[in-house]
Amino acid sequence: MIEARALIKRFGTLTALDGVSLRAADGRITGLLGPNGAGKSTTLRILYTVLRPDGGEAWIDGASVLAQSLEARRRMGVLPHGAGVYPNLTARENIEYFGALHGLARAVRRARAAELIARLEMQPFADRAAKGFSQGERVKTALARALVHQPRNVLLDEPTSGLDVMAVRTLRRLLGELRDEGHCILFSSHVMQEVAALCDDVIVIAGGRVVVQAGPEELKARAGTASLEEAFVRLIDPNGAQDGP
Amino acid sequence: MKSIWRVFRKEFRETLRDRRSLFTTLIIGPLLMPVLIGAVIFMAIRHSGAANTGPITLTVAHAGRAPQLLDFLRQYQVRVRPVDADRARARRLVEREHGPLLYVPRDFGARLAAGKPAPLRLYADESNRTVHGKVERLSTLLGLYGGTIARLRLVARGLDPQLLAPIALHSIDTSTPQSRAALTLGMLSYAILFTMLMSGLYIAIDTTAGERERGSLEPLLTVPVEREHLVYGKMLAACVMMLVSLMLTVAAFALTLRHIGLARLGMSANFGPGVAAGIVLGCLPLIPAGAALMILVASYTRSYREAQTYVGLVLLVPTLPLIFASILGLQPRAALMAVPSLSQHFIIMSLLRGQPLPSGYVAISAGVSLALGAVLGYLAGRLYRRERLLG
Repeated sequence: MIEARALIKRFGTLTALDGVSLRAADGRITGLLGPNGAGKSTTLRILYTVLRPDGGEAWIDGASVLAQSLEARRRMGVLPHGAGVYPNLTARENIEYFGALHGLARAVRRARAAELIARLEMQPFADRAAKGFSQGERVKTALARALVHQPRNVLLDEPTSGLDVMAVRTLRRLLGELRDEGHCILFSSHVMQEVAALCDDVIVIAGGRVVVQAGPEELKARAGTASLEEAFVRLIDPNGAQDGP
Repeated sequence: MKSIWRVFRKEFRETLRDRRSLFTTLIIGPLLMPVLIGAVIFMAIRHSGAANTGPITLTVAHAGRAPQLLDFLRQYQVRVRPVDADRARARRLVEREHGPLLYVPRDFGARLAAGKPAPLRLYADESNRTVHGKVERLSTLLGLYGGTIARLRLVARGLDPQLLAPIALHSIDTSTPQSRAALTLGMLSYAILFTMLMSGLYIAIDTTAGERERGSLEPLLTVPVEREHLVYGKMLAACVMMLVSLMLTVAAFALTLRHIGLARLGMSANFGPGVAAGIVLGCLPLIPAGAALMILVASYTRSYREAQTYVGLVLLVPTLPLIFASILGLQPRAALMAVPSLSQHFIIMSLLRGQPLPSGYVAISAGVSLALGAVLGYLAGRLYRRERLLG
């Protein structure tokens, strides 16, 4: 379970987050939805401990990301935006390296890597150096790397950007499976259809504030429209919305 | 501790896989440099030897005006090449051929016969080192010829020639073969230290600025490992690479200098396995400071390219004391042994000279260098705690 309370983050004079509170429950996929620059990545980066908030607090399974950051990191797997992998290591070695850093014994991390490679259909490129990987291959490697220690909480920043249809399908299937296994999944996106297709909960974020947290159906009801896209537009900019189809 | 080791193993392994950087790090620096420097030293020795002992060709304008002088010079391995030239032409000739050219003026014979100072003009471009050596020898020979005539004149007038030699100066060269060789080999310590630092450059940049640019730093920071330990692992990888390169460089120098045959030229290079091991041990304490400095600077920069520029510049800093030392002719003192890189230079030079420094000096050098490494390492660790690191 992931919780954040009143997160504030400033970069110089810019206030990126202005009191963001949210909750992502176990066994559910929670989507962080918002336009570019709304504060999605900043929120996730605070949650996965690479940024420190200027105010507020957040917990991963009750472990504070500020006071118990090592403990919090142990409880989550992270797929940051861009998904950089080590070019001179193979996909398998990339995954096993993170297993080692999570303190897994050699036999365990080998087995986990093999299992994830099978699950993500990575066999064709698992033992090739990551240098020449396509975006899809890179994202799969980074995703397997994030899951190698079987974290209860999984955070993904724009996981589908740059992926082809097949890769998106594999990813969606995997996220669904993880949810069914009871994991807590929080991912950010600016693509409406994706959120609609996947999420149990939607958190709409705009201008550094949470506009609404609700299920997709409730969201539409609240905005008084049958289309999720129209609901989204109305929620983030109540004045600029036009009537949809 | 375990995580430092794991980061080290991964960084080192990844560097070993990058053939091109490995080639530059371990072949170009440690193996090519000694061969190049060996060749330079070889040429330097041969060149200076030729000027001091071999025959000299002396171009002479109006050779017919001083036949006895030229006969005298011929006895001392001077080959006379007569040319037909006035003074302007002689000058142009020297500008082209650097000289030396001896111009015998019209009144040379007459003034000599009259017992008055007889003029001679010796043209040469003394900025050329070989010519400079030849001019020195010719001046000595001409002085000798003049001295002989002076003595004959005194004897002819019934005076004792010793009247003209109130002082008998004997200059005694106390340099040992080792110290003469070490003078020529001065650039060697520079090459060893510079190559050692350079070989950590790639790995220091690639694991910090490179890691950030490729986007793998952010996921790395989400693993449950203290940030400092990540840096220490990277630093350790750079240190091991520098150590390997240092050992290769020193071994390569020991072998090339042996083949140049310094001993045959009257100098003992004194570069056996014992000295090689001493040099490696003496330089060892500088490695952590060098690695930490490069990682610190590379982590501060915003991109790979910027890191290359800045780390390249920063690498000049440890070499500055060496240049000052050779210009000012600094000798080892306790205070100077507290200057990292300069103290390693002194240790290398003393080993090459065969005059080991007091062990207290070596301890100061090692202690200060290691302390500097610890401070810089701590600062780099601190830097990884700052979120600005992500750029």
